Amino acid sequence: MLTRRKLAVSTAAFALAAGFTGAAHAQQKTVVEFWHGLPQPLGGQLEQVVKGFNDSQDKVQVNPTFKGSYPETMQAAIAAFRAGNAPHVVQMFEVGTATMLSAGPAIKPVHQLMSETGSGLDAAAYIPAVRGYYSSKDGKMMALPFNSSTTITFYNKDAFQKAGLDPNKPPATWPEVADAARKLKAAGVTCPMTFSWPTWTQFEQVGALHDKPFASEANGFGGLNATLKINDPFFVKHLQTLIDLQKEGALRYGGRDNAADSLFPSGECAMIQASSGLRGRIVKEAKFNWGAAPLPYWPDAISSPKNSIIGGASFWVMTSPKRTADEYKAVAAFFSYLARPEVDAKWHMDTGYVPVTLQGFELAKKEGFYDKNPGAEVPAEQLTRTATTENTMGLRLGNLPEIRNIIQEEMEKAFQGQQTAQQALDNAVKRGDTVLRNFERANKN
Amino acid sequence: MQRRVIFDNKALPYLLLAPQVAVTLIFFIWPAAQALWQSVHLQDAFGLRSQFVGLENFQAVLSDPNYLETVKTTIIFSASVTILSLASALGLAVTADSKIRASSAYKTLLIWPYALAPAVAAVLWMFIFNPDIGILGRALNNLGYAWDYRLNDGQALTMVILAASWKQVSYNFIFFLAGLQAIPRSVLEAASIDGAGAVRRFWTITFPLLSPTTFFLLVVNIVYAFFETFGTIHALTHGGPGKATETLIFRVYQDGVVNHDLGGSSAQSVILMVIVIALTAIQFRFVERKVHYS
Repeated sequence: MLTRRKLAVSTAAFALAAGFTGAAHAQQKTVVEFWHGLPQPLGGQLEQVVKGFNDSQDKVQVNPTFKGSYPETMQAAIAAFRAGNAPHVVQMFEVGTATMLSAGPAIKPVHQLMSETGSGLDAAAYIPAVRGYYSSKDGKMMALPFNSSTTITFYNKDAFQKAGLDPNKPPATWPEVADAARKLKAAGVTCPMTFSWPTWTQFEQVGALHDKPFASEANGFGGLNATLKINDPFFVKHLQTLIDLQKEGALRYGGRDNAADSLFPSGECAMIQASSGLRGRIVKEAKFNWGAAPLPYWPDAISSPKNSIIGGASFWVMTSPKRTADEYKAVAAFFSYLARPEVDAKWHMDTGYVPVTLQGFELAKKEGFYDKNPGAEVPAEQLTRTATTENTMGLRLGNLPEIRNIIQEEMEKAFQGQQTAQQALDNAVKRGDTVLRNFERANKN
Repeated sequence: MQRRVIFDNKALPYLLLAPQVAVTLIFFIWPAAQALWQSVHLQDAFGLRSQFVGLENFQAVLSDPNYLETVKTTIIFSASVTILSLASALGLAVTADSKIRASSAYKTLLIWPYALAPAVAAVLWMFIFNPDIGILGRALNNLGYAWDYRLNDGQALTMVILAASWKQVSYNFIFFLAGLQAIPRSVLEAASIDGAGAVRRFWTITFPLLSPTTFFLLVVNIVYAFFETFGTIHALTHGGPGKATETLIFRVYQDGVVNHDLGGSSAQSVILMVIVIALTAIQFRFVERKVHYS
């Protein structure tokens, strides 16, 4: 009895002591607040990556918080900065890049963070199309690339078979796509093809593939005075093709942003041009045989297409009046972990985002991921197939989310027959340029 | 003898008023003042640089043909929502108020939609009307009617008007029902003894006696259509296709929150504030004269 009580007391004391040391230990840990904009299941997978980092060492504790969609996360970070309470790290979608870059003292460029903390970050380790998007004009990394995707085509092999098309030979050019769409329609497919993220897939990517500028000043990399270039005859012809196909019933406009995504896994549409990140959902939901293919191109505009550009998001370091050197060091440690090829490769294989480092890509190859998952290599191959030009580095335009919306609106009017393709793109350029001029004015020092 | 409440302590009345004054200052006056300040400045998203630009933001907004188009859409939208939700609520209230079997069950069911958040209501409508996943949307397309609100201005506007009105019917219904129950039965009975039919009784007795309720609801519904339908539009159409369902409040959000154009967005808020003050003033001045308070 007595011994038992003694035992209980000593156990309690031990637990208490352990608790205290644990608490003391936790206090020594530097806490890093990390805001992200990935909904489930991707958000959970991202939090697993963070947990992997937290478990890998005992000095830094990163707290991930979901802040809503990308635009909402951006808004939250901006509001927090204005209140002097910015998180250490925020995930920002690629179209917010120019806005973040113009934020000046609100952000700490990643290259600066890494050199100040002596952590080092090898920019050359990253896939050029990824690195380019997040680098300053002189090639310095401003943000840490993490979840990047690109546009590819997914197609329904069963529907192809039904329409008498070769299911193992997806259309490689736009004329072939149009032809396939018409055959699918003739075979009774109600929605032969669609695309999500209309501006991204039909203008930003189409421009990059054909080495045509989306905007002047090297797509905005050269300065804030860029103007849109999408009323060029090349883009007009492209939009006209889409309108014609839609009129024939060979193409369906699936709505803004990613609204069209659900049309493919449900079997409704036989072809979709969408983010490579859609792969995970297709694997889970599609009840038919499907394949992945690179984006089609116009053979009369280019003989072999250039690399596509990325979408997705990167991690930005934000400043705050209260920030200490230790906290920056903790952020640098977190970033070094994320840059490891094995972390990158695992994230890529788990989610359908592309590997952002060349070594990560190699690692996934070595592990036989692409042999087991045919088509999963398409996005990374499409991103890396050529050296980047100033038209394929990405876009650096202020308020790009607004410009994307304007283009969507003008496209919708054109698809309804309220205006021609030329008028739609002229209007888009006019309205988009107003946005760019306002951004230029608001951000001039 | 006159009874007056007298505070011995001079500070006490102010203390008791303080919470209300604080709420008004913090939640009404301060944001309104901020909007006024922002509306005459040009600022970057992070608030690092700002410059005084006078009335340029207002000029930019008012000379934008798209903005005028949005004003037109808002007028059509608000008028339709107000008329539709008031008329159907009145019809339902009169029916539910009459002696029918299980009227309390109808009353309960009719009040339910009010408990839904606008965004949830919109999602319900999407499951009905979406051309790909909606039950009715699919049925319409299968019957050969090309229903696709993503690419048809008229269909999109009709749908958001229906969804926004439906959401408001419950609220109007409660007030109309209460109003109807306050009408003395004896007056109606006297009229029917005099030989007045149901329609005549409604227009000569019920409707005039309901006018205070109707007037109150008119003001509330217009304010609702202007400001509170944001969630419905956001969830259903995002203002599209083109700008077919973009109302003034939706554009304020779009420009301020999504596009980070705080100056332009604030200028629009100020314009909106003026419009609503004017509308309410007009209503109280002209419409209220025709209202019979018993």
